[in-house]
Amino acid sequence: MDLIVTELSVARGGIAILAGLGFSVTAGNALVLRGPNGIGKTTVLRTIAGLQPALTGRVAPGPDQIAWSGHADAVKATLTVRENLAFWAAIYGAGDVEPALADLHLIELADRPAQTLSAGQKRRLGLARLLLSDRPVWVLDEPTVSLDAATVAHFATLLARHLGQGGAALLTSHVDLGLHGAQELDLSPYRARGAAHMQASPAGFDEAFL
Amino acid sequence: MIALLLRDLRLATRAGGGFGLSLTFFLILVTLVPFGVGPEGGRLATIAPGILWVGALLASLLSLDRLFALDHEDGTLEQLATAPLPLEAVVAMKAIAHWLTTGLPLALIAPLLGVLLHLPGAAMPWLALSLALGTPALSMIGAFGAGLTVGLKRGGLLLSLLVLPLYVPTLIFGAEVARRGAEGAATGTPMAFLGAITLGTLALLPYATAAAIRVNLR
Amino acid sequence: MSIWEYANPKKFMQTSGALLPWAVGLSVLTLTAGLIWGFFFTPDDYKQGSTVKIIYIHVPSALMAINAWGMMLVTSLIWLIRRHHVSVLAAKAAAPVGMVMTLIALFTGAIWGQPMWGSWWEWDPRLTSFLILFLFYLGYLALWSAIENPDAAADLTSVLCIVGSVFAFLSRYAVLFWNQGLHQGASLSLDREEHVADVFAWPLWTSIAGFVLLFVTLVLIGTRTEIRARRMQALLAREKLA
Repeated sequence: MDLIVTELSVARGGIAILAGLGFSVTAGNALVLRGPNGIGKTTVLRTIAGLQPALTGRVAPGPDQIAWSGHADAVKATLTVRENLAFWAAIYGAGDVEPALADLHLIELADRPAQTLSAGQKRRLGLARLLLSDRPVWVLDEPTVSLDAATVAHFATLLARHLGQGGAALLTSHVDLGLHGAQELDLSPYRARGAAHMQASPAGFDEAFL
Repeated sequence: MIALLLRDLRLATRAGGGFGLSLTFFLILVTLVPFGVGPEGGRLATIAPGILWVGALLASLLSLDRLFALDHEDGTLEQLATAPLPLEAVVAMKAIAHWLTTGLPLALIAPLLGVLLHLPGAAMPWLALSLALGTPALSMIGAFGAGLTVGLKRGGLLLSLLVLPLYVPTLIFGAEVARRGAEGAATGTPMAFLGAITLGTLALLPYATAAAIRVNLR
Repeated sequence: MSIWEYANPKKFMQTSGALLPWAVGLSVLTLTAGLIWGFFFTPDDYKQGSTVKIIYIHVPSALMAINAWGMMLVTSLIWLIRRHHVSVLAAKAAAPVGMVMTLIALFTGAIWGQPMWGSWWEWDPRLTSFLILFLFYLGYLALWSAIENPDAAADLTSVLCIVGSVFAFLSRYAVLFWNQGLHQGASLSLDREEHVADVFAWPLWTSIAGFVLLFVTLVLIGTRTEIRARRMQALLAREKLA
């Protein structure tokens, strides 16, 4: 499924930070967002995932086709790895959790309480949820944080497999995933300009008080 | 939905889940009251329904700030908001799980603590019944307050300030059922109002709560 | 020309700026007239003596305490439906005024109740309802001050205001059920039978008009302050981004 974003403006703390953002990710492709810290990469991803409203613009498909993975792993410390995953499997209506456990090399950890896992292992557990969700578009914010080099490479193959099955992915990453043919998009040109916005409302300040 | 309910119950009963804390709090409260008002049985008996109701109210308030805050901290709430399950259903299920781990045990143990306060035997079933009927409303109203304050660093105190005034109608009708039951008077009217409040809050507040959580997530 | 034009902060600032001196003047005039008329030019009540004169503060403040919450409910709904910032800022500005009105009603009621009922406080339904209303105002204001993001605060307080209104209404009738009370009936109503006598009613109406004007004035000032504060926040944030 294609992810199509047109004329998107996003706000952080009530102030527009990016405007006129448009791109499309066709099925089987991945797009990596680039830009300096604070430009609004996470805000764009959260908006596309449906966690916050866009100021203007359109995102297709809707949030029900998008699997979101953020900074936090959404792992419950007192549940075992398998219980954690089984819960999300029930939520997403997925059947067996064993394939996902196997794909992320979590089989031997399956009966350990999640609080005994390392940060990287928790991350793998969080990423396993993506496989359960069975949603075509993955929106991933720094999916490789706290993963070692071997696991990053392994995750890249899982991502490539998802793309090979007709999925699409939009992500931010500070490390190079080595994805074959992944496009990149620099957000810097889309930075919302204060002065330009002021000129757009010559009658004085508008509903945004500017 | 059932999976969410089971997960919440499992989390509550695992180590650090806090199950039993509100029961202990309830017991301590009932123990402290006679120290405050004196040990005469007659006086204790007249105030017992009120003490037990206020105690149940405070005990269920105790665990509310964890209701969404823990899921918010570890990212679970974000994931639930993007999951196929409607957020309104998530809220309702979590409120029910809260009731099963606080309200229901409180209702069951209340007659036992009523003995400590010289509550007459005839009042016991009414007390348990009024608590069983009224505490779901307390959990749901509390979930609403927890939803409003979920993004805040120190939301606990604010949560109490927001939720306690909302508890007033439930408390009035609930305590009235127990009081009339103790006097052997007819309890039908307050019981009907209490049930109406519980059903009304369960039907409508999940929407307000889900709206508040969506605001807090963005 | 539609009423929604005033939802534009700039338009609101212009109009309210022009209205404000008139609102201040009129409210001072009406309030002074009503209170002086009530305090010095009305006879004492044959039963209550001169204590009855507190009615000229008690009744208007009690009315405004409820009406302020009613206004907050309407403006909160407008914000949630139409997303006009001015609307929710007016609700925010009205809350402290309404809270103080509630306090005035409670205190003047206590002062009046002491000689009449022999106690400063009774758990009478009306008194209890007002105490609960005061708690609602406290909660509403506390939620505003606890949330940093102004739009999130606006949304959450509006939701609280709507849910709170339902529960305030419920509490009103629950409290009636709980205790029948000894508060006197309505001082003013269209039903002639329980109405106060005309010599008391006219100064009372005047001071009610004074309180309404005072409320409007304070809300206008408060809303203007909030709009300026929001504008300053927005400009500072923009400066930081640029």
